[in-house]
Amino acid sequence: MAGQEQQQPQSREDEFDDDAPATPPASGDAQASAATQGVDDLLDEIDGVLESNAEEFVRAFVQKGGQ
Amino acid sequence: MRVMGSETEYGIHAPSAPGANATMMSARVIQAYAQLTRQRAAGGAETRWDYTDEEPLHDARGWTLERNQADPSQLTDQPPVLDAEAVALAYGREELEQDGEDEAGSLLMNMVLGNGARLYVDHAHPEYSSPEVTNPVDAVAWDAAGDMVALSAVRRMAADPQLPPVNLYKNNTDNKSVSYGSHENYLMPRAVPFGDIVRGLTPFFVTRQIMCGAGRVGLGQDSSRPGYQISQRADFFEAEVGLETTIRRPIINTRDEPHATADKYRRLHVIIGDANLSQVANYLKFGTTAMVLSLIEAGLAPRVEVHEPVAALQAVSHDTSLSATLRLLDGRRVTALDLQWMYHEAAAKLAQDTGVGDAVDGDGHTHALLERWAATLTDLDSDRTAASSSVEWLAKLSLLEGYRQRDGLEWNDARLGLVDLQWADVRPEKGLYYRMLARNRMERIVDDETIARAVTEPPSDTRAYFRGRCVSSFSKDVVGASWDSVIFDVPGRGRLQRVPTREPLRGTEALTGGLFARHQDAGSFLAELLGQTPPPPPA
Repeated sequence: MAGQEQQQPQSREDEFDDDAPATPPASGDAQASAATQGVDDLLDEIDGVLESNAEEFVRAFVQKGGQ
Repeated sequence: MRVMGSETEYGIHAPSAPGANATMMSARVIQAYAQLTRQRAAGGAETRWDYTDEEPLHDARGWTLERNQADPSQLTDQPPVLDAEAVALAYGREELEQDGEDEAGSLLMNMVLGNGARLYVDHAHPEYSSPEVTNPVDAVAWDAAGDMVALSAVRRMAADPQLPPVNLYKNNTDNKSVSYGSHENYLMPRAVPFGDIVRGLTPFFVTRQIMCGAGRVGLGQDSSRPGYQISQRADFFEAEVGLETTIRRPIINTRDEPHATADKYRRLHVIIGDANLSQVANYLKFGTTAMVLSLIEAGLAPRVEVHEPVAALQAVSHDTSLSATLRLLDGRRVTALDLQWMYHEAAAKLAQDTGVGDAVDGDGHTHALLERWAATLTDLDSDRTAASSSVEWLAKLSLLEGYRQRDGLEWNDARLGLVDLQWADVRPEKGLYYRMLARNRMERIVDDETIARAVTEPPSDTRAYFRGRCVSSFSKDVVGASWDSVIFDVPGRGRLQRVPTREPLRGTEALTGGLFARHQDAGSFLAELLGQTPPPPPA
């Protein structure tokens, strides 16, 4: 099935990764921490734009009718 | 590729006026946009909707529903009149009194825009119906233009100290049991048997949500069960095939209102999609559906039938792991991804056989679409991080999971409900989708300049060009329009002149651009159009 065919590039990539020298753990940690930092920044930004009273705001969002 | 278009109903909310009447607020949204366009058109009037060719009770299975059997919400062929009585009937006398009766009746409910779109009050929501386009990239651009129209109206209302500020949301449910739709329309040859459409599309519609679901916090129509699901709309579907759009919603809608030469075309009305902010999701929604319709027309849709499609639709929506299997009538069990791959494989083969999918000599869209479709399915299977910059439900889920991890929130926490709602706020400073877009966390198909142009310019390659240019060039003299007509009221002519536009691929810039260039006034334009005076010799 096409599904399996499409997955082949992925498995080739995995093989290539196996052959590659092991990545130093420190670098992996640095990447993970950068990713976490990115998420934290995003959440901080979103905290700043979220409506102030979540409970009341969500409760009051009532729609009538609709297709 | 195919003539198509979108319809978007926006959720509407005035936090400072919780009892405000939704129909009245929606009419004020249309009014606000009319004020803006009147300014742009230097004193022109608004063009209203022409209801002559609306046929909401015609059923594609070959009959017409009796008027007295129809739900009142199905009677969309009559101009809605927002008089005091109508508002009171629909929403109760009490609400009307809160809002003041004087304003009712004076508000515009329906207008035709210079980009060829329709902007109107649909039940209790403002709705934007995009102009007809011929490919999914244009569908994305002119649908996003509607979001800019909604934004302009919101800004205008916010600047009016007399009115409570109104927010608009491009989503599909209030999570309290009400859903409002975003519909798609596709032109098809009338000759295709409707049964083939039902058979060919149902398995596709049950599963395409994994690419183009907008994501939703809450399970069940009233969100009574905590959790997160793929589609905003899935839980609101209760039937496999039917005419209704507001009750007993069907996976395949049978409304047969072609808005074109009826014995030649049908307009397939699709009500099952989510409203998408993600451009890639919207692109895939229109593009893959158009390709599946080509498969059906060629008699080459995959021969699969899903057991109990309505239950399957909801099972797929509730399974964010994408691992659940669906039972086919032939006994096989397959995942939603498997089913999408079957459609992809068939579409790729047809595109290759006909040549439309060729990277160089093809139709300019199919090749890119097939690639994007395959890449999305592959990423959904093996690289969710990659998929989350384009698949809307995954993008929203990653944000929600960030909150859950940082603050330890349960799925029924109101803050997660707020993130879900505010994801769809049309204001870029408030809408969380737009915050993600600004951080390059969402991929684009069209840039902001293209969308801005689509707010005022019609597509060049359909009859929307003729409609839009008539509205913007002769706004004082065009008193009405619809998908298949433009009505002129020209001084000196005794009666209204209705120009039919029944062929969706005529009225293009190539055919009528010169006519618009040659005439500054509606009278001489109309005279040449109707062949009453010889055209001037070529320069």
